Amino acid sequence: MTELAAPELAIPDLAINVRGLVKRFGDKTAVDGVDIQMPRGEVWGFLGPNGSGKTTTIRMICGLLQASEGEGECLGYDIARDTDQIKLSTGYMTQKFSFWSDLTIRENIEFVARLYQMPERRKKVDETLEKLDLTHRQHQLAGALSGGWKQRMALAAVTMHEPQLLLLDEPTAGVDPQARRDFWDEIHQFAAQGMTVLVSTHYMDEAERCDRIVYLANGKLLTRGRVSDIIAASGLFTFRGEGDGVRRLAEDLRNENGVDQAAYFGAALHISGTDRALLQSAIDKERHKNVHWKEVPPNLEDAFIALMTRAGADDRHHA
Amino acid sequence: MTPVAGILARISAIFIKELVQMRRDRLTFGMMFAIPVMQLVLFGFAINNDPKDLPAAVHVEEQTPIVRTLLRALETSGYYKLVLETPDPRESSRLLASGDVAFVISIPAGFTERLIRGDRPQLLIEADASDPAAASNAIARADAIFNRALRHDLKGSLAYLAAAPSPFELVIHPRYNPEAITQYNIVPGLLGVILTMTLVMITSMAMTREAERGTIENLLAMPAKPIEVMIGKITPYVGVGAVQTTVVLIAAHYIFDVPFAGPLWLLLLGVTIFVLANLALGFTFSTIAKSQMQAMQLTFFFFLPSLLLSGFMFPFRGMPGWAQMIGEALPLTHFLRIVRGVMLKGAGFSDVQHEMLALVIFTALAVGLAMLRYKRTLD
Repeated sequence: MTELAAPELAIPDLAINVRGLVKRFGDKTAVDGVDIQMPRGEVWGFLGPNGSGKTTTIRMICGLLQASEGEGECLGYDIARDTDQIKLSTGYMTQKFSFWSDLTIRENIEFVARLYQMPERRKKVDETLEKLDLTHRQHQLAGALSGGWKQRMALAAVTMHEPQLLLLDEPTAGVDPQARRDFWDEIHQFAAQGMTVLVSTHYMDEAERCDRIVYLANGKLLTRGRVSDIIAASGLFTFRGEGDGVRRLAEDLRNENGVDQAAYFGAALHISGTDRALLQSAIDKERHKNVHWKEVPPNLEDAFIALMTRAGADDRHHA
Repeated sequence: MTPVAGILARISAIFIKELVQMRRDRLTFGMMFAIPVMQLVLFGFAINNDPKDLPAAVHVEEQTPIVRTLLRALETSGYYKLVLETPDPRESSRLLASGDVAFVISIPAGFTERLIRGDRPQLLIEADASDPAAASNAIARADAIFNRALRHDLKGSLAYLAAAPSPFELVIHPRYNPEAITQYNIVPGLLGVILTMTLVMITSMAMTREAERGTIENLLAMPAKPIEVMIGKITPYVGVGAVQTTVVLIAAHYIFDVPFAGPLWLLLLGVTIFVLANLALGFTFSTIAKSQMQAMQLTFFFFLPSLLLSGFMFPFRGMPGWAQMIGEALPLTHFLRIVRGVMLKGAGFSDVQHEMLALVIFTALAVGLAMLRYKRTLD
């Protein structure tokens, strides 16, 4: 424990600084050379399809998995050696609800408070329950909570010890839109208090609420940066088609020269490509189909689909 | 498709799925073969209700041809194995108390002379009857063994002795449990069996339950060290063990009238170490098993030899050497010697210190293995 003082002295301005992280499970490479340099105090979105290595990367950062290769620091602590210190100063919310469903809400919170040796435990637990608006349900079993409430309880539990870094793994999967919005308000409150937050998600609207995003595909870091920068860097043009005939168009358009992708957004069809003229001529061929076309700025999802297509085949492995 | 074909198709779909799942669970698959093999070996070879080669000490105060004949006859009968011959009765008694010998045969000075005179001298066999079954066959045959042996010697001028019913009087002295009441042996032993079964089983779920429910990820992400998790998880069951011990001891006293000859504190010390040994072992199982089902199987795999090879159900001395070696590695074996020694024989600390030490070593090894096996990451 004598080397504890050293990282304290040189206060690193990076919350996460990992270089060339690789994780292999047997002969499968789940994470393949990921670099992340994340400044303190920001909210970053961690995106990528299922099986792209997001969870594995987060687990390596917080010391739950040992990296096969690569090195790095989390809050200035070595991710291979100093896992005890990392656990003390990070909060990690797992993708699957992993609190004890046969304990009550209060018992779960109390357990966490005891493990982190919080002073004035009873008061802290009361406050946490109050803030969660769960005081009247504190004696219910955690397993009886609905998905959204489970996530709120988990968030409260992993933030009670006021970690410097919050790692949230798909915290809003399977949560209704209103609860999702509330959840994000809380994340921004934590960020305002100075917490650094890395949150993985599949939702583009959530990604757009992040300062920066990191996009992972097939274990590799595909891109990172501000949402607007990523969209601009994609060099895409997008047309949006609406009308009765649009439902049957995607297959035809996908095969047209210059159409990199054709994807539905609600009832509308977005086609995107890097050559505006080719896109235009592709649309002109389908004019007769009773569809109204107009050019729109590409959104993040368009940019990602393009990135994925360029990065190679979508050979994701579903867990 | 006919209805029958439909039924067969659905049955075979489920049949194939079960086969695939069975193949995935290697440990279960292994246990399905290992347990029958173990039972065959244990019941077939290890267990013997007619124990031979029981260790005996001889307290003999004179050396004559007739005494030699008697002792040789005991050895060749196969039932007795004479491990010590001493003129000092205290030495032979100590061995009986510590359980190192099952019998002490005493031949007093002047035995031969009185035999020849036709006085029918007494020949004493003291038996450790704390386990009545173990000693009964050897005792029952002693008279016949001696008489047959003497018949060869009592010829010529001594032939007149052979005509009498028996030229000596065999006195059997069953020590520690003179009425040979089975409960006296079973009930204290049952304490060990109950503790082994329940405590190993409960703690073998300790980590596997966390793993199966997914809560292990949360537990590992929080600052708790392996030894802290282990101690925290097994401590509640020390209380369970205490309750079980209390119940069994009360029942032993008030219902079965089992005597309690030795000091209570010594028994409680033994129980405490034994409980910790079982809890540590159960926790070790829980770091090995991948599911609660596997944890149950490991427990059963351990429980079976504990029941059969410890001396609880069958006489320990009656087992072949290899089975006794396995038995020595089981905590129940040592606990049985402690609990029977203290309750029935009034053993003191020095009589059972080696058994205590064996339990402590077992516990330390189990804790060490658990710490080696405990995964600090999800790898």
